[in-house]
Amino acid sequence: MAINLTVAVASGKGGTGKTTVSVNLACVAAATGYKAAYVDCDVEEPNGHLFLKPRIRRRYPVNVPVPVIDTGKCVACGACGEICQYSAILCINKSVLTFEKMCHGCGGCQLVCPAAAITEKGREIGFVEEGEAGEISFAHGKLNIGEAMSPPLIKAVRSAGQNNSLNIVDAPPGTSCPVITAIRGVDFVILVTEPTPFGLNDLGLALDMIKELGIPHAVVVNKSDPDNNLARDFCREKEVKLLVEIPDDRRIAEAYSRGQLAFSAAPGYRGVFEDLLISIMKEARR
Amino acid sequence: MKEIVIVSGKGGTGKTSVAASLVALAESTVVADCDVDAADLHLVLKPQIKKTEDFTGGKSARIVPGKCNNCGKCHEICRFNAVIKDESKQPAYFIDHIACEGCGVCSYFCPEKAIDFEPSVNGQWFVSDTRYGSMVHARLGIAEENSGKLVSLVRSQARMLAEKDNLPYIIVDGPPGIGCPVISSITGADAVLIVTEPTVSGAHDLERVADLAGHFKIPTFLCVNKFDLNPETAKNIEEKAETRGITVVGRIRYDRAVTEAQIKGLPVVAFPDSNVAKDMRTIWENLERELN
Repeated sequence: MAINLTVAVASGKGGTGKTTVSVNLACVAAATGYKAAYVDCDVEEPNGHLFLKPRIRRRYPVNVPVPVIDTGKCVACGACGEICQYSAILCINKSVLTFEKMCHGCGGCQLVCPAAAITEKGREIGFVEEGEAGEISFAHGKLNIGEAMSPPLIKAVRSAGQNNSLNIVDAPPGTSCPVITAIRGVDFVILVTEPTPFGLNDLGLALDMIKELGIPHAVVVNKSDPDNNLARDFCREKEVKLLVEIPDDRRIAEAYSRGQLAFSAAPGYRGVFEDLLISIMKEARR
Repeated sequence: MKEIVIVSGKGGTGKTSVAASLVALAESTVVADCDVDAADLHLVLKPQIKKTEDFTGGKSARIVPGKCNNCGKCHEICRFNAVIKDESKQPAYFIDHIACEGCGVCSYFCPEKAIDFEPSVNGQWFVSDTRYGSMVHARLGIAEENSGKLVSLVRSQARMLAEKDNLPYIIVDGPPGIGCPVISSITGADAVLIVTEPTVSGAHDLERVADLAGHFKIPTFLCVNKFDLNPETAKNIEEKAETRGITVVGRIRYDRAVTEAQIKGLPVVAFPDSNVAKDMRTIWENLERELN
């Protein structure tokens, strides 16, 4: 079925079930006949591949620009050190030092240098892998160990999404730059929470963030219990739509621990993800 | 004084529950919540805030309407697509503050000097009292950057308090992942305690955060939470950790008491007869012995 829609799965709190929702949703979408793509933007700790077990077809590095000083041309004026907001370039004792990992790649030093002594080179921060898992297109990124800045890599993974598909973006946890980079410009966001004080506190923070970004959104409650109304009450109070609840079932947790899909361990749950897919389509078309 | 940072790689493995219990068991500590963009420790330690300060992490650009002559230079040189063009407006350019990286290049090169570039408040940080001692915590503003800088600030304030009162421990509740705020949380610390879970994701993410701790040469300890969910995977994780020089300090059983304590707003060791409280005590005893 033809569709062109990007849905991100985010949470605030980690470990609420973003990857569980994303991979199961991708599988249900593909089985329903949609062209589906799974795009794992948690480049610090990508996990989707452990469940989808994709065949990787292509791997490429992602670079950020960093300055290179031509010492023959440098006049040691210090202008580069003054413009840099990140302490990534310093002029001391008539020589210029660069600290590549601090550099955000703004290009200010190169623009300001009066002697044209600064050029740029690419510095690798991680890589993207693309492939497919059955009918599902797959992409993820891995940030190199010790690398602080994930947003340029997240952008590269996002751009590996597919046209004319249902793209499911598995976002990193939190509420700051990495998740914002992962979800900016998507059509719809699913916020996954659990009915605990920690889960709901972080859902509140994620809702504040998402309102700031102005993206349509709704909530999925994971590890839900019929007797626990914390999440239901919270959604009612915040006037946010609750799409589906995934029960707190040890079979799902054990399947997850082995890297299996929820409905392969408990086929009854296939319906939960089918309902979720239908409600996302309905919400996203509004 | 020893600074112990609790991390996990994967989110939701139980960092905050472990941190709260260790704080309660350690008795003489300063606690720092360094998960500044999704902080939860205050929900179980119930801090009374004594001091609130603004956090100024960087500068942000703003086009001054009366001065801009629509030359478009800023739009041309911004590498973060943070200068948005909208010809229906006057001026026709504005700064998208969410995309802005705070580099100041637009302001520097604006021929009309029409772009202000001033320090911006990105959040707040707090010093509080809890029934277990002082706590330093923070709140990053909505959709703000500079979480690494805020983490460094929280840690340095916690260190000052611990030094002032000559306390033996600082316990830091760290963020998930391996990026900027995690690096800021662990650099220079005395010990990293990794809390993981016996799942394929937990095992995978543990490797990456252990690589990070190894990269900074920080002594690393491990505990597997909810180990009885998959004892075989738990055992594999522990064996693998030990081969890379990580000391296993304990296992935590799956116990509903954890969620119940959270709902009551208490560390789980406040229920001393629960299985999980026993497990937490073992972890603290082992950790304390290893560190001294």
